[in-house]
Amino acid sequence: MVLIFDIFTGICFFIGSLSIIIGACGLIKLPDVFSRIHAAGMIDTGGTAFFILGMVFQTGWSLVTVKLILIGVFIFFTSPVTSHVTANLARQKDIVPVGKKIGKIL
Amino acid sequence: MFLAGLIACAITGILILIRIILGKTTFDRVLAVNSLGTVIVIGISLHGFYSNRPEFLDIAIVYALINFIGTVAVLKIFSTGSLGGDN
Amino acid sequence: MKSLILFFILLCLWLLMSGYYSILLISLGIISCAFCVLVANRGKLIDDEGLPIFFIPRLLNYLIWLFKEILKSNLSTAKVIINGKVEPETFTVKASQVTEVAKVTYANSITLTPGTVTTKMHKDVFEVHALNADFGNDIRTNEMDRKVTWLEGKK
Repeated sequence: MVLIFDIFTGICFFIGSLSIIIGACGLIKLPDVFSRIHAAGMIDTGGTAFFILGMVFQTGWSLVTVKLILIGVFIFFTSPVTSHVTANLARQKDIVPVGKKIGKIL
Repeated sequence: MFLAGLIACAITGILILIRIILGKTTFDRVLAVNSLGTVIVIGISLHGFYSNRPEFLDIAIVYALINFIGTVAVLKIFSTGSLGGDN
Repeated sequence: MKSLILFFILLCLWLLMSGYYSILLISLGIISCAFCVLVANRGKLIDDEGLPIFFIPRLLNYLIWLFKEILKSNLSTAKVIINGKVEPETFTVKASQVTEVAKVTYANSITLTPGTVTTKMHKDVFEVHALNADFGNDIRTNEMDRKVTWLEGKK
């Protein structure tokens, strides 16, 4: 039984590590601020979710599990707010995104 | 297993540091610092499990909250020039 | 009524986070939760925006759908980053929700799925930046808009 949970944790950690490393590569590679926000969002959602899922498999049911889920909930609530604040301020400072515009833009 | 996760976090941290050094505008740097904070939160929890002391999770919760408030505060200073209200 | 619900939520959070159940610590927790509710009442923070309890009955269904969507768009974003085929596009969408909380929920859901970011909002028009034409088409089919309107349950 312990072995099965260990295997699940390993798979989750593998996907999470891949996700955060690809996110960091995107943070370096993509052309402008608005595109980099997507890579940062990948670190915030994919990486965090899989790492926390892997750690939940290790703890079972205890107070530690509740704290892990609380960390996940906090990051899930705060990550879109910081992304939106950054993007909104960049638009207010007249940085125009690269690429085509469809229709009228605010 | 936890060690492998920690190594992945370290590699990601180094890659994000490159973006912080290269970044052209302030927004790039703020965004990268925020992502670095998220990676550090994961790293703190992983280190707690690695050394068999899950009490580290309390520190991780506090770090996540302070990371959010710090990012918003820096952006607010950058946009309006002060942290106060309208006075 | 809403103050009572907020008090119980805060007390549950205290009990789960502390882990020590002696009389002294539980009474300290009750005192600090009551103080928080008092401060929130003085600041008039307890209304439909501060404590959106009308979301709760349909929240679980929506969250499962949202997690599925996040997984899918994570995969597509990883593919785009590895391939390097980046064609960003900017467009506007219209939100059909009634209350402000539901509009914020819609904008946050757009931002939470990697590949699309809400950059500006004015009344009920959002300006969305997408990494690729596929992500843009996902938003323009208005499926997420319908889901959030259903979650709100006011129509």
